[in-house]
Amino acid sequence: MMYDYADQIHRCFKCGYCKFSNNYTDFNCPSYNRFRFESYSTGGRLWLIWAWSKGEIEWSEHLANIVFSCAACRNCVEQCPMRFNEDIVDWIIGARSDMVEKGLIPASVGEFLDNIHKYGNPWGMPRNERDIWAEGINRYTIDDDNEYLFYVGCVGSYEKQGQQMAKSVADFLRTTGVSFGILGSDEDCDGNEVLFTGEKGLFRELADKNIEKFKELNVKKIITLSPHAYNSMKNKYGGLGEIKVYHYTQVFSEIINSNNIELSDLNIKVTYHDPCFLGRYNSIYEPPREIIKGIPGVELIEMERTRENSFCCGGGSGNFVFDLLGRSSNSPSRIRVREAYETGAELLIVSCPSCYCMLEEAIKTEGLEEKLMIKDISELVIESIKNK
Amino acid sequence: MQSIYKSLTKIVDEEFVSNQKEELYIYSQDPGMMEPHEPDFVVMPKTTEEVQEIVKLANKEKIPIVPVGGSLSLSGLVIPHQGGIVVDLRRMDQVLEVNEESRYIVFEAGLTTGKLKAYLEKYHPLLRFSIPDAPPSATVVGNIVIHGQGRLTQQYGFNSDMVTGMEVVLPTGEVCKIGSGSVSPYWFSLAPLPDLAGLFLGWFGTTGIITKMGLKLYPKKKLRDIEVFAVEDPNLVPDVIQRVTHTEMSEDIFTGAQPYPPVFKDIIMIGILLTGDSKEELEFKRKMIWDALQCHIDSKEGGFMMMTPDVKQDLLEMPTSSTTRFADVKKGGGFEYCGPIIPVEKFPEAFTRLLEITKKYGITFGNAGRVIGRSHSMMFSFGYPFNRADPENIERTKNALHDTNVASLDIGGVPWKPEVPAQKMIMEKMDKSTLELMQRIKKVLDPNGIMNPGNWEVE
Ligand SMILES: Cc1cc2nc3c(=O)[nH]c(=O)nc-3n(C[C@H](O)[C@H](O)[C@H](O)COP(=O)(O)OP(=O)(O)OC[C@H]3O[C@@H](n4cnc5c(N)ncnc54)[C@H](O)[C@@H]3O)c2cc1C
Ligand code: SF4
Ligand code: SF4
Repeated sequence: MMYDYADQIHRCFKCGYCKFSNNYTDFNCPSYNRFRFESYSTGGRLWLIWAWSKGEIEWSEHLANIVFSCAACRNCVEQCPMRFNEDIVDWIIGARSDMVEKGLIPASVGEFLDNIHKYGNPWGMPRNERDIWAEGINRYTIDDDNEYLFYVGCVGSYEKQGQQMAKSVADFLRTTGVSFGILGSDEDCDGNEVLFTGEKGLFRELADKNIEKFKELNVKKIITLSPHAYNSMKNKYGGLGEIKVYHYTQVFSEIINSNNIELSDLNIKVTYHDPCFLGRYNSIYEPPREIIKGIPGVELIEMERTRENSFCCGGGSGNFVFDLLGRSSNSPSRIRVREAYETGAELLIVSCPSCYCMLEEAIKTEGLEEKLMIKDISELVIESIKNK
Repeated sequence: MQSIYKSLTKIVDEEFVSNQKEELYIYSQDPGMMEPHEPDFVVMPKTTEEVQEIVKLANKEKIPIVPVGGSLSLSGLVIPHQGGIVVDLRRMDQVLEVNEESRYIVFEAGLTTGKLKAYLEKYHPLLRFSIPDAPPSATVVGNIVIHGQGRLTQQYGFNSDMVTGMEVVLPTGEVCKIGSGSVSPYWFSLAPLPDLAGLFLGWFGTTGIITKMGLKLYPKKKLRDIEVFAVEDPNLVPDVIQRVTHTEMSEDIFTGAQPYPPVFKDIIMIGILLTGDSKEELEFKRKMIWDALQCHIDSKEGGFMMMTPDVKQDLLEMPTSSTTRFADVKKGGGFEYCGPIIPVEKFPEAFTRLLEITKKYGITFGNAGRVIGRSHSMMFSFGYPFNRADPENIERTKNALHDTNVASLDIGGVPWKPEVPAQKMIMEKMDKSTLELMQRIKKVLDPNGIMNPGNWEVE
């Protein structure tokens, strides 16, 4: 896959529409919010990339940080009024690819890619610890007649919050009688972040390996825990043939609706954070909301920036690991939890393991632990089922 | 230079001070076509006190200092022609007060037009300001400093006529209030004090840095609509404007002409926006306007255009993004325009000159005009999209821009938001005593010549 940018990128007018949400209530580009220099806005970044591509400025660590601090949240694509808007993130990825090829990337990004290459996950964790959370959960085998392969992904496998999510998704599937299995230590990184950091070669390798594995196991349907994995498999892999990919919220919504699952009253005010790879990338806005609204006693209060205007947690495109947007009260995750708190909700609901990690950490840093809880949709649903 | 950097980081949080190549590059230019020049530092203050300390430092060290808003005036007015410190004001973007009864607002200088629009819609839905059609990341103050025009300009004059007060950091470091706010806690008016605001408007940041501003707000009607009257003969435009402004029924009147798409070729469109609190009010205004133009319809010299809902929505959008999309006409990310302020009767002449210039240089154009006051003048834009990746196209557009400034002055207009070369042309033509007065005022306010040097400067 090649993203041509050098011939087109000068078309950006640096007008700044893309900094905003659609009604201009606030700036909505996470990296611009974090740094506030024009260089970190979409337009600034595109102009710098163009300058670099024609040799007007030299590469520097700072330039690479600017290029890689884009969370690939797609707000700019949504807001740019120009006809080329769909190409903006691809141009940035194109520049990253060039930097990757030339070995000109920030050290933390290098380590991130290296770990995925060697260990199949971005932290360099042992492969055999991938299913440490999964006691009692079946492996997906060709012999069992499982309906779904539950693809857990790296954050779900290794991070505390992801593991919690994975457990409750598995719990829900079991409780509702859905047959599924996981890949456990045979699972590999889905590659979404690898692609968005511009490592096209490694992405292809991972995608091919995963496709081969799915086909070997005769997989028909995949449930992903992470919207990132959902995005790469659904939109970027190619070659999955008849295999269908779902994000778990789609499956939940379908099961709850068709099986009339009884849910108990939770009596709570909540707000919901749309993850970029579910929302802006795949237009999945309703299923999560249908699940939340279907739980008795749950009042959903939307944040000002929601759906297509959602404000990214800052974790996209590998930033949930190398975090080039962190360490500031202007970090997107901290801005986002303040916004969630301002709604008056007691609970912030997520549907992405990366958002979960980013936002839980931010709640702590903001000192909001006593005031704002955070849970994944699956945890909320399980709580509601178990209370019955 | 390192010591200046250190001093700046003592004034402003270090993460908002940069002397790195990438920031210097980005702040060396705007999306227009003036030659870039890098600053030595970029700094983003949060408070008036920080701005004051930065200015004091610059004045002590005699370093140039350039205030920057959205960098969207497209005339290179924020290019630090002599290096120095660029002060990006957009971290100062708080609304400080809205007085609903006296209909004014006080806000910080980095507030963008987009955020102000959203703020009023959310908290004061019955009030509005005169929003320009610049992208929403333009600042309200940047727009007013250049005598911008917006959606209420036809009713109330230049946006700079709506100012009710200011807080300014003078080039020598004093913080000064202008208007009623200098005497009273209420920033409701510049009158009856001497109008000192004029010392900072139209000066492109060469006389001080505005840190706060008071601005008139206006009633926001519930309904808006648009009628577009089309004529082929430019000579008819002043009469159409006269007749419509005489009714005093419209919100905003603009003109538009462009060669593409072909259906628009040879047509001059006059957009007439209407507002009302009820359908009856809107229909009454519409009837008055139709009646006023009936003679041109009867003579078949003009007529109202049918519009699809999409086109209507586009024209009613505030700001209208279609103006920005013009920059992609050449698929080249560039758009330059000189928009002289002209007497309305000069429209036909300006239009003829526009066609001559674009023909001479083989470039395309977009013309947008906006009526200022009840036909007291109008902004007439000679707008040229260009391709930033095509040096030859840039050169032709640059030449066209030069000819445009010459034409603007020739016909008796005044180039609006003029780039440095156009400023020079204006000053050459200016009454010599006026020019001397301007220079004297500048010298008094800015004895070390640190403020946005290169602008309004006699060599
Ligand atoms: C597509 C498009 C459409 C446009 N439509 C309109 C329109 O409808 N009406 C209109 O009026 N303009 C229009 N413009 C022109 C321009 O973009 C706007 O006027 C804009 O509001 C300028 O604001 P800015 O913040 O970008 O100013 P800047 O370009 O950042 O600054 C303008 C000048 O003001 C000075 N300055 C900025 N802030 C301060 C301060 N705090 N104190 C002292 N000096 C300061 C700067 O040094 C500079 O000299 C348009 C531009 C584009 C690109
Ligand atoms: S990406 Fe689009 S919206 Fe953003 S600055 Fe460039 S042209 Fe404007
Ligand atoms: S994708 Fe998101 S972070 Fe990246 S430039 Fe666009 S708005 Fe900013």
